[in-house]
Amino acid sequence: MGPVAGIVAAIIVFWYAAAVWLNAPQVIDRFKSDEKSWTAGELIDATWSMERPVLPAPHQIAQNLYETVFQTPISNKRSLVYHAGVTVSSTLLGFLFGSVLGILLALGTVHSPVLDRSLLPWIIASQTVPILAIAPMVVVVLGSIGFVGLFPKAVISMYLCFFPVTIGMVKGLRSPDPLQLDLMRTYSASAAQVLWKLRWPAATDFMFASLKVAIATSLVGAIVGELPTGALAGLGARLLSGSYYGQTIQIWSALFMAAIIGVALVAAVGLIEHLVARRMGKPA
Amino acid sequence: MNRRWLRVAALLLMAAGLMAPVGAGGWQASAGALICAVASIVCAAAGLRRWDASLERGLTLLAVLLGAAAPLILLAGPGPFGAAAPGIWLFLVGWSLVLWRALSILSHMPRRGVGALAAPAAFGIALLYLWQVVVVGFAVPQVLLPTPTQVGHILATRLDILWPDFHQTFLKAVLSGYAIGCAAGFLVAVVADRVPFLGRGLLPLSGLVSAVPIVGIAPILVMWFGFDWQSKAAVVVVVTFFPMLVNTLAGLAAADAMQRDLMHSYAASYVQSLMKLRLPAALPFVFNALKINSTLALIAAIVAEFFGSPILGLGFRISAEVARLNVDVVWAVIAIAALVGSMFYGAIAVVERACTFWHPSYRA
Repeated sequence: MGPVAGIVAAIIVFWYAAAVWLNAPQVIDRFKSDEKSWTAGELIDATWSMERPVLPAPHQIAQNLYETVFQTPISNKRSLVYHAGVTVSSTLLGFLFGSVLGILLALGTVHSPVLDRSLLPWIIASQTVPILAIAPMVVVVLGSIGFVGLFPKAVISMYLCFFPVTIGMVKGLRSPDPLQLDLMRTYSASAAQVLWKLRWPAATDFMFASLKVAIATSLVGAIVGELPTGALAGLGARLLSGSYYGQTIQIWSALFMAAIIGVALVAAVGLIEHLVARRMGKPA
Repeated sequence: MNRRWLRVAALLLMAAGLMAPVGAGGWQASAGALICAVASIVCAAAGLRRWDASLERGLTLLAVLLGAAAPLILLAGPGPFGAAAPGIWLFLVGWSLVLWRALSILSHMPRRGVGALAAPAAFGIALLYLWQVVVVGFAVPQVLLPTPTQVGHILATRLDILWPDFHQTFLKAVLSGYAIGCAAGFLVAVVADRVPFLGRGLLPLSGLVSAVPIVGIAPILVMWFGFDWQSKAAVVVVVTFFPMLVNTLAGLAAADAMQRDLMHSYAASYVQSLMKLRLPAALPFVFNALKINSTLALIAAIVAEFFGSPILGLGFRISAEVARLNVDVVWAVIAIAALVGSMFYGAIAVVERACTFWHPSYRA
């Protein structure tokens, strides 16, 4: 814990210094236009308490987070919990779609040599399509054929998060030892039996590793899906409105909220992994 | 036996397609389509008899090509199509089954050289073909989804506007940001490896960062560095830094204890053992990060352009043309981005092969 705390402390100190350095020109301009003389202490104090700073100081972000999370009723549009809830629900829906799709594709790839040779290269190539870049268009197009609300954002999350799941599951389903597969053959096990009794249990480690990656990318997909101007709610909409109106503190608190959610979601998957591993009788 | 039933099902579906209505004139109206369809069915049926293997392969491939031509000829004729022409779709479902057989033939080709590309290439072309036929057949509005030929037309004729966009986004923002971000990540990793305190502090934090949507800092960096390509390069730097840091740190730990002991017994200095043992051992990890970053960088730069950019750039083009409902231009930009991303990735893979030829994964 020592080194981490040390680095975090160093980052915070550096951050305060950077806030002074980046905000000082504006503050000095203001002092000059007021024709006021100032001391170094006043300057530093002013750079840490601006309303629209270039770089807000950490305590300003913390204060804004506290106000919008704990002191605003959830029904209020200014409540960050409300926006986070919108983002989390589409993240989870997209994660569900993406995981199911990814696992199905992996099952197909492992069981059919044709899919393995012809589809797998395209699955890899699919990730060079900048879906994040066309996310706004996907939302607009799906909206125009009647899909609004969570679904279009979930589609983007799905597109992003099926890929790690497919790749991880293909690796995992192929991870059993050839000797073990031969043993199953001597038992004259069917393909379904080999899957449920050998391949699937062998793939759980790989599955959870890729699910952790997938849920983090799913969150990114949901946030970017909220960027089109039509989106009124969600962390992405907070980012966009913050950038339109120069509300830097709002941007940073939305970012920190997103970071907290990302870490929490990954930790939740890790917890499920731990429970499953214990249930499967694996050493911790 | 299984394979035979697949064939029979394909033939039945294609024959049923010949019976069902296909638009105003029916199959009789277009002699070319009828000939192609019947010839395709004959070829597919001939494949059922037990000829020698190479003849069966040839017949199947011929059946796929002829079968693909028939709906195209029909769709060029007078409508209405879509749900009013079930014959086309029945025929295409049967055709897809023949295609499946053709793909499995292609996937048995040797894995070296052109043979390795045959199956994926055929699959990709078939997908484009089905996209074209479905969009034309069901008269999907161009605003929703243009056909591949429309996108190809834009790519061929509008290069004069697309090239400056590519230049702005890829050659300026992505390449400079990628170089700076990867180099910085690499150097910090080497330093963190040398100073254990830094390494033990940075590694958990970078793991944390991987759970954070970094693209979200785009609006902030656009405010700091202005609208031009410098702000996009800055976003790319931040996005590429952490994967490089984490992978290089893992790579520097990859040389095993025996090898380190050997270097120690040679009385090798830190720099010598770094240059001669640990950096070469870390190369596969470094290249892994370079590959991950190649696609991340392009996406990050395009997304950053949504938060403000001069009047050119791939991201700007996408948002501007979406607003004007020129979806074919948007898809052309997407095609460019996907192509550039794949080529960038492929180029790094080639360099990787040349640099890490000794690694077990290439020696097989």
